[in-house]
Amino acid sequence: MTTPLIEIRSAPHVQGPKSVETIMRHVVYSLLPICAFYVFQYGISALASIAVVTAACLLAERFFVGTGTQAGRLSDYSAVITGLLLALTLPPGFPLWMGAVAGLVAIALGKALFGGIGFNVFNPALVGRAFVQAAFPTAIATYTPSFLAGRFTEFIPSSLAWPLMVPADAAAWLKAKNLDALAGATPLAKWKFDGVVANAIDLLTSISGNMAVGPAPVLILLCGAYLALRRFMDWRIPLAIIGSAALTAWLLYAFDALRYPNPFFMLFSGGLILGAVYMATDMATSPVTPKGMWVYGALIGLLTVVIRYYSGLPEGVMYAILIANAASPLIEKVTQPVPFGRGVLDRARKRATYPLNPGYISREEASAVTPKKRFLPNKPKK
Amino acid sequence: MKLLSYFRGEAFQRGVHPPSCKLTAERKIRRLPFPPRVTVPLSQHIGKAPRPIVRVGQEVVRGQPIARSDEWLSVPHHAPLSGVVEFIGLRPGMRGTWIESIVIAGHPGATQEDLWGMPRDLSQATGADILQAIWDTGMVGLGGAAFPTHAKLTVPKQAKVHTLVVNGCECEPYLTCDHRVMVEQAADLIAGIRYAMRATGAVRAIIGVEDNKPDAVATLRQSIARATAGGGFAEGEIHVEAVPTKYPQGAERMLIMALFGAEMPAGGLPISLGMVVSNVGTLAALGALLPAGQGLTERVVTVTGPGVARPGDYRVVLGTPLKFVLDYAGAPAVDAMDARQVILGGPMMGQAIASLDVPIAKGVSGVLVFRHEDMAEREGRQTYPCIKCGECVESCPMGLNPSTLGMLAAKRQYEEMGERYFLGDCFECGCCTYVCPSNIPLVQQFRVAKQILREKAA
Repeated sequence: MTTPLIEIRSAPHVQGPKSVETIMRHVVYSLLPICAFYVFQYGISALASIAVVTAACLLAERFFVGTGTQAGRLSDYSAVITGLLLALTLPPGFPLWMGAVAGLVAIALGKALFGGIGFNVFNPALVGRAFVQAAFPTAIATYTPSFLAGRFTEFIPSSLAWPLMVPADAAAWLKAKNLDALAGATPLAKWKFDGVVANAIDLLTSISGNMAVGPAPVLILLCGAYLALRRFMDWRIPLAIIGSAALTAWLLYAFDALRYPNPFFMLFSGGLILGAVYMATDMATSPVTPKGMWVYGALIGLLTVVIRYYSGLPEGVMYAILIANAASPLIEKVTQPVPFGRGVLDRARKRATYPLNPGYISREEASAVTPKKRFLPNKPKK
Repeated sequence: MKLLSYFRGEAFQRGVHPPSCKLTAERKIRRLPFPPRVTVPLSQHIGKAPRPIVRVGQEVVRGQPIARSDEWLSVPHHAPLSGVVEFIGLRPGMRGTWIESIVIAGHPGATQEDLWGMPRDLSQATGADILQAIWDTGMVGLGGAAFPTHAKLTVPKQAKVHTLVVNGCECEPYLTCDHRVMVEQAADLIAGIRYAMRATGAVRAIIGVEDNKPDAVATLRQSIARATAGGGFAEGEIHVEAVPTKYPQGAERMLIMALFGAEMPAGGLPISLGMVVSNVGTLAALGALLPAGQGLTERVVTVTGPGVARPGDYRVVLGTPLKFVLDYAGAPAVDAMDARQVILGGPMMGQAIASLDVPIAKGVSGVLVFRHEDMAEREGRQTYPCIKCGECVESCPMGLNPSTLGMLAAKRQYEEMGERYFLGDCFECGCCTYVCPSNIPLVQQFRVAKQILREKAA
């Protein structure tokens, strides 16, 4: 009798359908409509920016995976997500070479340094963005309005700047297009420096022309809802961020409506929605415990509003998320789940089919059986 | 989806929904032929192994005791075949080690009737008598854990049992033996429940059945109604309850949660809530064996999996070698050297075995054969570092944090796992490993960690 070759391995012998690749691939799919809208807003400059930044991320990932110091591999799509998200946070006319620097730094400092996928402490896309924010403060603050005529035939001049050269002045280019320089300021900057509050509905759809805004928050929310329903993303974090930011903004607005903008403006301006749905939910850098997710999200929402209102910067989402990333191991530590049977033990649900004790009939009867507790044991009976 | 199930009043929190793959749910239980030779391992249950009470060369008849022990936490074994004791010594066991076994060669051409037994009337028997009778049958939990049934049904002096929970969930994918037993042996099951109620003093019995087996629920309700037509059981009430289909619904804590909405204290036993939980297969076998006074010599085993040609639930003589079972059920994969894994039990918690000479023991509920192509999808999957997606935290029925536990295990911080992250509460259901997108063998790590902690404590 020949002995057939059989293997032994540890149970379970079946495995669920979800893998790292499928999760990451679906996140990329959900980002594609957002990128398409971004290109529709800003034309070929945006397209070039997305392509260059993503290519830079993939190049860096390829290099570090190749050196063998980093876990994971290229086909897990995580570098693509980093690249797309990073491109979406940069101004559309951001010089392409700077975008490439941002992409390389994002993977090198944000991910490879810590050991690759799963080990990073900070969201790599935001690390890249924080780096260029510090390195090129002027370029990253230079926005151009969306839906310009001829955006599909002509690059925004600053995009094509030579490496290490000062990019072309966007204001002069805008003037040539009969737009004032203020049109190139983001709604948040306008509010911060000029006290102009944009209409929240316009911001939500981002479709009415010539605003310097990112992709439409409503589209991001829809794509996020797809991910959350397919359970490729946790719904608690975005909800906690939006809820806590809205609550904080609303409290301040109720306190002083003249000084603070209305909460809807707060929610839909800047990168809050993009950050809440795509940046903060980065799995490796957010807590795993459900309670921790709420705390983490609430912290981001609060910090965002505080930074926006009380700091010199118009935008605060990036730093809020990075700070919360740093706090997330601690949050996780204090929000460990309570194991089954170790919490409050008498929380029998009302929905239960059978009473725990078959002798139990009514409360009166139960109290007749068990003597009432006395606070004063020797109290004389009346 | 999760939210929806919460509003439906889902049984317990978290858990997973693996594809059920119950290929054999509609097929009647068939008898597997008697093998020419059986191997009865002495240790096939929790507790002490009994001593053989037969000699090599001795003639035995089917049903005759061949091993016995005076230890309380131990059960006797009975000869599954009429024949000659051929060998007493080491034979391959299901855990991979060789264990002391009795090999019996059957008489060729024997009719293999049950020739040994002490039929008796237990209608007036006391609880203690019934417990003794249960002990004599050599019954252990047939659901998989193989805990001696008489010990399980014995109520400690200071405790009182009011409810017998009968576990008919069978939440493991592929397995259908309990399902078929409930449908085909409802009368035996009810008889067994009544014996168990008398043994424990329970005043009600509740059969929990997963709602993917509506035919079992209907059959049981009908036969209870028929049996109580003349006015109720003397022992108390028997109810049948459908509970939501979800893995691991068949874990006793989860079943108690589903039925009574009560959390069993961690590390406790159902007896602390005044309950005893037993499996339907066990009680149905008891119901058939006790009045006849016979021993446990066969059980129903689900032989299934993609690599089996004629999957089905078979009544298999204990000690039948797997090779014989698979030959009969038709496993071309095994013959064509294409079988990759042969598993005893279900796919979530079952034991992969290394040799087809391993016999069917009392606790084996299923035999699964997976081919190369069934494992290919899983083989191709790369193992990543933990990406902290939190899937495992959201699937752990015990509310643990497998993600952190896994990272601690990788760093070999076993004490911390035990003390701060409640490793001891894990009952190795496999949910975390099932959902893990990074393909980390979490349960395997936990088993290693538990074993190391046990060895350190000893």
